[in-house]
Amino acid sequence: MTLLGIAQIVIFFALVVAITKPIGTFMYRVFKGERTFLHPVFHPLERLIYRLGGVREDEEQSWIRYAASMISLSIFSVLFVYVLQRFQGHLPLNPMHFSTPQAPQGATPMTPDLAFNVAVSFLTNTNWQSYSPETTVSYFTQMTALAVQNFVSAAVGIAVAIAMIRGFARHTAKTIGNFWVDVTRAIIYILLPICILATMFFVWQGSIQNFKPPATVQTLEGASQTIEQGPLASQEAIKMLGTNGGGFFNANSAHPYENPTPLTNLLQLCLIFVLGAGLTYTFGKMVRDPRQGWALFGAMAVMFIAGAFICYWAEQRGNPMVTSMGVESAYTGSQPGGNMEGKEVRFGNAMTALFTTVTTDASCGAVVAMHDSLTPIGGLVPLFNMQTDEVIFGGDGAGLYSMLIYAIIAVFIGGLMVGRTPEYVGKKIEQKEVKMALIAILATSLCVLGFTALSSVAPFAKDHYWNPPGPAIANLNNGGAHGFSEILYSYTSGAGNNGSAFAGINANTPWYNLTIGLDMLVGRFLFIIPALAIAGSLAAKKLIPVTSGTLPTNGSLFVVLLIGVVIIVGALTYFPALSLGPIVEHLQMLNGKLF
Amino acid sequence: MSTLSSPPVESKQETKQESSQLISRGVRARPLFDPEIVKRATKEAFIKLNPRMVAKNPVMFVVEVGAALTTIYVIKDAITGTGGLLFGIQIALWLWFTVVFANFAEAMAEARGKAQADALRKTKTDTIARKILPHGAFELVQASKLRAGDVVYCEAGNLIPGDGEVIEGVASVDESVITGESAPVIRESGGDRSAVTGGTQVLSDHIKIRITSNPGETFLDRMIALVEGAVRHKTPNEIALNILIAGLTLIFLMAVATLPPYAKYAIQAVGSGTAPTVAVLVSLLVCLIPTTIGGLLSAIGIAGMDRVMQHNVLAMSGKAVEASGDVNTLLLDKTGTITLGNRQAVEFIPLNGVSESELADAAQLSSLADETPEGRSIVVLAKEKYQLRGREVAEHNAQFIPFSAYTRMSGVDMDGRHLRKGATEAIAQFVKEAGGKVHQSLKEVSDRISSNGGTPLAVADGSRVLGVVHLKDIVKGGMRERLASLRAMGIRSVMITGDNPLTAAAIAQEAGVDDFLAQATPQDKLEYIRKEQDQGRLVAMTGDGTNDAPALAQADVGVAMNTGTMAAKEAGNMVDLDSNPTKLIEIVAIGKQLLITRGSLTTFSIANDIAKYFAIIPAMFASMYPELNKLNIMGLHSPHSAVLAAVIFNAVIIIALVPLALRGVQYKPVNAGQMLGRNLLIYGLGGIIVPFPGIWLIDKIIVALHLA
Repeated sequence: MTLLGIAQIVIFFALVVAITKPIGTFMYRVFKGERTFLHPVFHPLERLIYRLGGVREDEEQSWIRYAASMISLSIFSVLFVYVLQRFQGHLPLNPMHFSTPQAPQGATPMTPDLAFNVAVSFLTNTNWQSYSPETTVSYFTQMTALAVQNFVSAAVGIAVAIAMIRGFARHTAKTIGNFWVDVTRAIIYILLPICILATMFFVWQGSIQNFKPPATVQTLEGASQTIEQGPLASQEAIKMLGTNGGGFFNANSAHPYENPTPLTNLLQLCLIFVLGAGLTYTFGKMVRDPRQGWALFGAMAVMFIAGAFICYWAEQRGNPMVTSMGVESAYTGSQPGGNMEGKEVRFGNAMTALFTTVTTDASCGAVVAMHDSLTPIGGLVPLFNMQTDEVIFGGDGAGLYSMLIYAIIAVFIGGLMVGRTPEYVGKKIEQKEVKMALIAILATSLCVLGFTALSSVAPFAKDHYWNPPGPAIANLNNGGAHGFSEILYSYTSGAGNNGSAFAGINANTPWYNLTIGLDMLVGRFLFIIPALAIAGSLAAKKLIPVTSGTLPTNGSLFVVLLIGVVIIVGALTYFPALSLGPIVEHLQMLNGKLF
Repeated sequence: MSTLSSPPVESKQETKQESSQLISRGVRARPLFDPEIVKRATKEAFIKLNPRMVAKNPVMFVVEVGAALTTIYVIKDAITGTGGLLFGIQIALWLWFTVVFANFAEAMAEARGKAQADALRKTKTDTIARKILPHGAFELVQASKLRAGDVVYCEAGNLIPGDGEVIEGVASVDESVITGESAPVIRESGGDRSAVTGGTQVLSDHIKIRITSNPGETFLDRMIALVEGAVRHKTPNEIALNILIAGLTLIFLMAVATLPPYAKYAIQAVGSGTAPTVAVLVSLLVCLIPTTIGGLLSAIGIAGMDRVMQHNVLAMSGKAVEASGDVNTLLLDKTGTITLGNRQAVEFIPLNGVSESELADAAQLSSLADETPEGRSIVVLAKEKYQLRGREVAEHNAQFIPFSAYTRMSGVDMDGRHLRKGATEAIAQFVKEAGGKVHQSLKEVSDRISSNGGTPLAVADGSRVLGVVHLKDIVKGGMRERLASLRAMGIRSVMITGDNPLTAAAIAQEAGVDDFLAQATPQDKLEYIRKEQDQGRLVAMTGDGTNDAPALAQADVGVAMNTGTMAAKEAGNMVDLDSNPTKLIEIVAIGKQLLITRGSLTTFSIANDIAKYFAIIPAMFASMYPELNKLNIMGLHSPHSAVLAAVIFNAVIIIALVPLALRGVQYKPVNAGQMLGRNLLIYGLGGIIVPFPGIWLIDKIIVALHLA
């Protein structure tokens, strides 16, 4: 690791720390319905939306109604995106004539299974892409279906997190807020303003925003190259801020139009973490003890730093087999050293490791490198980040509510050890909370392990409708343990609603589109609904006063306990699978075997 | 509020309070491994293998199904002559042992309760009762035929035939059957000492008793059922914990069930290797699921109730014991709990130029016939300070005036003197009526004494005020320290007293309670409890009188004194057979200990899994990925010995932890942060580390014995 590389990670983290309190306070005010400096501009819009939607701002919902509203919006969203994609050939802003007979050669057809997968993917804030956007979707689809979902799915996540915080903050209450109001406020006061500013910045730094068809240019070598165009900048900011990660281009944030400069790269990283980090402060403030929020932040920060440095260390250390062939693997003034395979030279090892960690700490999934090409340990970090349900700042809202679910488990186990029945921020943790927390954790791990097992053995005949290449493992580009990692990563990314791809697997077949689609649905909704049920149950409870006999959940000891629970639950669930994937691959690499 | 009769075990309490430990050794404590109990439990452990009984425990049910499955495969292998039979048989055996060990833990806890119940049942002999018929004649009937409402007559030597209330007479009763305490207690009609319990024996005098319970529903019956565990329901926290471990079991079931497909992929990818056998898969599963806590959970709960019983407290439900760990506020009666049962004279304060010895003399004279502890303490103080001896007063033609609630004073008329002592206002009234003048200084001195927590007792001789005797409450030794340790545990203590606020404040200050409720009526108590509960606090209290019943019922933990009325005992969720209100503090500590034991063993159980992975995973996949042997950090001999060692460790740890489950983990009154740190270190970190040397050692033994 180089000093400069370490400094890059440290500076980024310092920015996250600095931004947490201001953004957290701002979100606190927004969701309390207090006046902010943005009100003069956006409040009329907010009121107009309520009037159009027939929403009463002061009408609160029980958790069941809150969940029902969330589900009804989701059903509408998924149908809207599906239909729009299927009809994109008849819709405007389609300069490449996708889904029409004039489509260029090599364009990917928008089949029903692909459209389903994409619709679910953007509904669930996953943004898994088993297609190349530049050869599959029209600008109209990008803007009206995908970009809109980028905003909505992020806002839903934030709303659920806020509802869950209210469960802790309120006492003897029947309601947990109004879903429509929370979603509207999240979009209008938080996502939109930040995105407007960030988009300006991206355009200034060189991102494009146009409706032109791809340009064909002569390179200096005299070859001809196609350069994709489109309304990109407006989608870039929300892709990061909304922890969506679905790239405008297949190359995602490694593409010079999506991520033109080191400054935009830093901004992208900050955008991924800003809301997740800020929500920890919002949580602390809403439960009247900011230290509770900082404790969650602390647990997240420790795991983030550990992951980033392990990944960076593994990447900078490189591949011993390459070194043994006489290739210089150490950093010198003129070359970065380490494992540069599959990496964008502009970013190097440190930034790639950082981006890889951040994008999987949160459920973003934007990438600047091929995760497939990371060293086994470097690839283990993002995989494990996702398997622990992305609780490290996490997806917008999802990070917080997932972490709170782990906190419930941690408190339930640890709380007993202080001689009281468990309680967290003044609320007793009882049967219902434990049951719901377990459903959330169970459902995702069952999906990941189960679908991975199915795809490891699923026997399809060649040219079978469900999987034309043949058996499910025929879609892999690599064999052995690495191939296994590719399957495991795909389902992990789906259930975690991350959307980053390990690559190296052709997932655009009906089998993978369907199973990963289900995987994403379970990972999203079987987490959100239990979270809301917990919110409803907690809100109805009394607030227990804090005494010296109360398990302190705002100090370093709780941070240790929480980290321990996250890592041990994750490790115990996935250790066998990981040992057959990245762990054995690492050991084989040390023995001189690669895939 | 009611005044407590001084408990019969006063002297014993004093010695208990001196000890710094919060939980003393219970009076009914038995050795942990009583051979009789072990024998009984061992037998039970095998009977409990019945799948219908195991099914109540999801973790153990999974183990049993796994054991059965392994056994079937072993038999199949034996028939087909497939190799590795020794290994398969051993795995199957140890899996069965795992279930037996868990059953044994539960049976041990139950057997201890049953032994207790048997001892009680022996006392339950059917006696002949003398039932009083409406016209006054006696009829001899069997005690078991008595119904509620019947009236019976008992005299010295009779066993009281059933639970009831004394409606006529007074008698001394031996209640050692119930309380284990041999000193007799007084039972009399009316007031708070009227309840009698079936099975106890009248030692002197005779009483009429109205029976209050039907056959089979007596206190003794309920007590037997409780200690036997016949009415045991899972507590809310136990159910929640069961859900957690069932959830973890499901996760591990999935983690293991997906391994064959993963292995199939690996074999195909590598081109060599064999798939893990059923025995190995089941072994991994059993090692991973939380068998330790799953096997010990119910034993911990039963043992918790048993520990309370050992302290001579009868908990009506496990829920009550659990709730006592959560208590935030303790309501403690001042008299008998915080202070000694009585006030003592500490000073004579003469007024209006009267000499101190004249005052002492008058006070002593007026108290000679006063048999209350206060009266006696005045006689003693006068003797100690002024060498005034108790005189034979009969020759002075003395006439004693007893205390009455109406006059609020007592005294003596002798040799034409009218000596009186009593409440300040009462004496002032008396003096004025006798034509005397009451000086302002009487009120001043009285107020000063009151504000220091004392009780002023004015003394007058006819129309002359002589002075004031200062009576003081004496805080029990060690009470301050106990209350301080409660505070460290985050529990507020509230003193309940009938005294005025000034007096109450002073004693509260001296004893170190956090709050007090002065001039408390039963209604005040009830309201205080409701107010605390509205703020989310859990309240514990003790009580004995009928007027305490509503508050006892409202409190989350209500401990009724056995000397108290039936109404009080019905209302509370615990009965203290020693009638020692200070024991509330111990009950809270036992409740906490129960929860800590549960949490610690859960943590330990989960933390253990890490080492088991390192033992089994390399063994399982070594045939396809020899590189995974690097994970065999314990250097276990072979795949078979590794799996076997892990399974044996997993089974043996249950037995090893039985004493801890039954006795409860060590408990110190420190704040929650320190406690968590300590227990995380011991059971969390310890739980991660301990299995490594444990499995390593078992592996070495297996190899030495050529078992694998």
